[in-house]
Amino acid sequence: MEQITILEGRQKQIFEKKKGVSQPDIACDTSSLSGSVSQRACVFCGSRVVLYPIADAIHVVHGPIGCAAYTWDIRGAVSSGPELHRLSFSTDLQEMDVIYGGEKKLYHSLIELIEQYKPKAAFIYSTCIVGLIGDDIDAVCKKVAKECGIPVLPVHSEGFKGTKKDGYKAACHALMKLIGTGSTEEISKYSINILGEFNLAGEAWIIRQYYEKMGIEVVATLTGDGRIDAVRRAHGATLNVVQCSGSMTWLAKEMEEKYGIPYIRVSYFGIEDMSKSLYDVAKYFPDRPDIMDAAKQVVSEEVKTLYPSLQKFKKALTGKKAAIYVGGAFKTFSLIKALRSIGMSVVLAGSQTGNKDDYARLKEMCDEGTVIVDDSNPVELSKFILEKEADLLIGGVKERPIAFKLGIGFCDHNHERKIPLAGFIGMYNFALEVYQSVMSPVWQFAPRKGGTL
Amino acid sequence: MLLRHTSKEVKEREGLTINPAKTCQPIGAMYAALGIHGCLPHSHGSQGCCSYHRSTLTRHYKEPVMAATSSFTEGASVFGGQANLLAAIETIFSVYDPDIIAVHSTCLSETIGDDLQQITRKAKDDGKVPEGKYVIFASTPSFIGSHVTGYANMVTGIATQFAVSTGVKKHQFNIIAGWMEPSDMREIKRLSKELGVKIVLFPDTSDVLDAPQTGKHEFYPKGGTTVAELQSAGDSISSLALGAISAEPAAIALEKSCKVAFETLDMPIGLSATDRFIMALSQVAGVKVPDEITAERGRLVDVMADMEQYLYGKRVALFGDPDQLLPLTEFLLDLNMKPVHIVSGTPGQRFEKQMRQLLDARSPETKFRNGLQADMFLLHQWMKNEPVDLLIGNTYGKYIARDEDVPFIRFGFPILDRIGHSYFPNVGYSGGLRLVEKLLNAVMDRQDRDALEEKFELVM
Repeated sequence: MEQITILEGRQKQIFEKKKGVSQPDIACDTSSLSGSVSQRACVFCGSRVVLYPIADAIHVVHGPIGCAAYTWDIRGAVSSGPELHRLSFSTDLQEMDVIYGGEKKLYHSLIELIEQYKPKAAFIYSTCIVGLIGDDIDAVCKKVAKECGIPVLPVHSEGFKGTKKDGYKAACHALMKLIGTGSTEEISKYSINILGEFNLAGEAWIIRQYYEKMGIEVVATLTGDGRIDAVRRAHGATLNVVQCSGSMTWLAKEMEEKYGIPYIRVSYFGIEDMSKSLYDVAKYFPDRPDIMDAAKQVVSEEVKTLYPSLQKFKKALTGKKAAIYVGGAFKTFSLIKALRSIGMSVVLAGSQTGNKDDYARLKEMCDEGTVIVDDSNPVELSKFILEKEADLLIGGVKERPIAFKLGIGFCDHNHERKIPLAGFIGMYNFALEVYQSVMSPVWQFAPRKGGTL
Repeated sequence: MLLRHTSKEVKEREGLTINPAKTCQPIGAMYAALGIHGCLPHSHGSQGCCSYHRSTLTRHYKEPVMAATSSFTEGASVFGGQANLLAAIETIFSVYDPDIIAVHSTCLSETIGDDLQQITRKAKDDGKVPEGKYVIFASTPSFIGSHVTGYANMVTGIATQFAVSTGVKKHQFNIIAGWMEPSDMREIKRLSKELGVKIVLFPDTSDVLDAPQTGKHEFYPKGGTTVAELQSAGDSISSLALGAISAEPAAIALEKSCKVAFETLDMPIGLSATDRFIMALSQVAGVKVPDEITAERGRLVDVMADMEQYLYGKRVALFGDPDQLLPLTEFLLDLNMKPVHIVSGTPGQRFEKQMRQLLDARSPETKFRNGLQADMFLLHQWMKNEPVDLLIGNTYGKYIARDEDVPFIRFGFPILDRIGHSYFPNVGYSGGLRLVEKLLNAVMDRQDRDALEEKFELVM
């Protein structure tokens, strides 16, 4: 095997789990090295993805055209009603605006837009350049809000001001301004908000349905199939249920502090975690044992049909190895369990944005010999996939063609998934997708993992 | 009904762009740099820019796209990005080991005033560029022009920073590719070979972004114009620039730096533009057009004659980039079709004038707009007021096509939802044939779909 150098300064963000060797904590929460082919994005990206699914608001990107162009309808966050979020609005800043400031342009754009589309609210994203030229977008937003009578919320998402995680926080900050401005009348005591679920391929609908079957009222989904009015009354819920820990834990903590709403962390991927996320909510309402009964009912009904249907995949996939490189670490935990349930082991696990606790837990969960990486790059990924002889890569858009060039299967567990992977049905879809890709006849014709025909 | 909010009434907008028909400079620079063999594009800006460009190119080509980033932080944007770029150059050469790093700027690094020429020179002076390796650069501020401008700027950077004039001419000709697909570049090379003309084509993304499955991830695929070829471009007899906006600036720069005369042509899309390309190449090289190429042309003309009745008078709306739109519009007119609306987000008076000239002569009533607020929203409004039979443009046209129930042909950048553009050219006579087939399929499928039962025809 040809040895590939690990980027100098990257050693601390990689380790291999070995028996009897005490290892230092993985370094994470750092910005990427200059010159790395990082798979990460920026602050703006973080804010944009969190708020994007709110479908009855307009999302205006204040900056040169690119930031708006590249984020135009690239995530399949589906809406059951309005679809304003799928349009691309930009102030398309030009050289003169950079010199003289873009506030006027932003103001006019907003007035024009609100008149044209009559949205429930507007989110204004600042991009790198706005942070430099010093446009006072807060002032513009205030002015427009007053004139138009809708919330106009600045999102301070200048690309260079940190990592994607800081973008999540900026988005949550904007959400916090909305929460608490609606009426909480008629909200049941047995109610939750679903946080960190973005309704990719309709996943939030599946999850919501489970909770509703249990007799739980879902006040707001943040932000999948999101509506401004629902966000405004989210403080009326009894419990926050947080998925995608990276993006929404901050909001949950803020809501706990300000409104006294406790939160629990859940995951909807895989049978084990999906079931637990229903039971954990039911446990929170001990005065209503019927809720727990209903949760058990939902799980048993779903598993009764799901479990047998997975066996065909398990039979074919047992002994196959997977590599995981996704955005958030929390998802990695569920994926490891989900893969185990279809007979697969994990030989590489990593994320773009995991924190210290995440990696400690990951280390605990993984088998001996598993490589764990933070903020990886294509050279490393290819190297470990070949060395560890993985049969499958789970990742996002930039990783897909790498897997196929290496001749192994791929599953998009990022925002380009086309079918729901959450919930019990999602586990079936996931197994099917993995099976289809790993066992595809195309691999008969292709050299695999550096081999020849 | 995705665009259900689009109103029919067209109002002048002061600042706002809705659904852009362009994107920003750096992605063009990244694409151009991928057409140099052994080159790693480098984005001097925030991490997000690089990530977005790689993702978009990956979606368009279904290929791995490698590029590095300076990963700007708050500190860099206060104190300047020199330290980041110097560090980046060092790590890139030691870890990713390219032959060339092609640095492009972003709105961020431009606004803080980073001088790429000075920083890359310092990198060389400080010994951070190993022997036999290169760092080239292009200034690509996102707030000027469009992705096409960025492409032109990087191609210019490639031309001026590699080509040298030794004083001894080589019997070869430069073909400077405007923004076209790997398939198109492959076709240009094939046609030149048929003609028996030795060319240096740059950039050349064939065998880079249409790479075969090999079981390996090649960080630097086998394609791309080599450094030796690029250096020799300064000794070529002359240059043909294919595209006034995306290729000509490089030809002008090369004339200035190495005294290589040039001629600017339209990208050879469609019959007339391909004729001009073949004639120009055969004339500068002093070669006869071989029978095989004449036969290719004949096949295209034959199909155009055979099927003219189905295309005649069909009303078309199109959007995209200047260098493609111009010859495409001409081809539609040659096919007796009717371009009704034309939109390009790329600004520029040169293009405006060229397009107006073509339209004034052959289709004066065509609506045309480019630059600010020339976006997909405007195009949609125009289509609501004056409906068309066909829409041509990149993938973002699919919303309008669906809303207006109009047949749609994908053409341009980006195409995120279909394949083919990497493998089958639009340029040359064979590219023309492919375009005619696409046009006919779109129009005739619709005719079949909508035909009354008694008029539903077997033989068309």
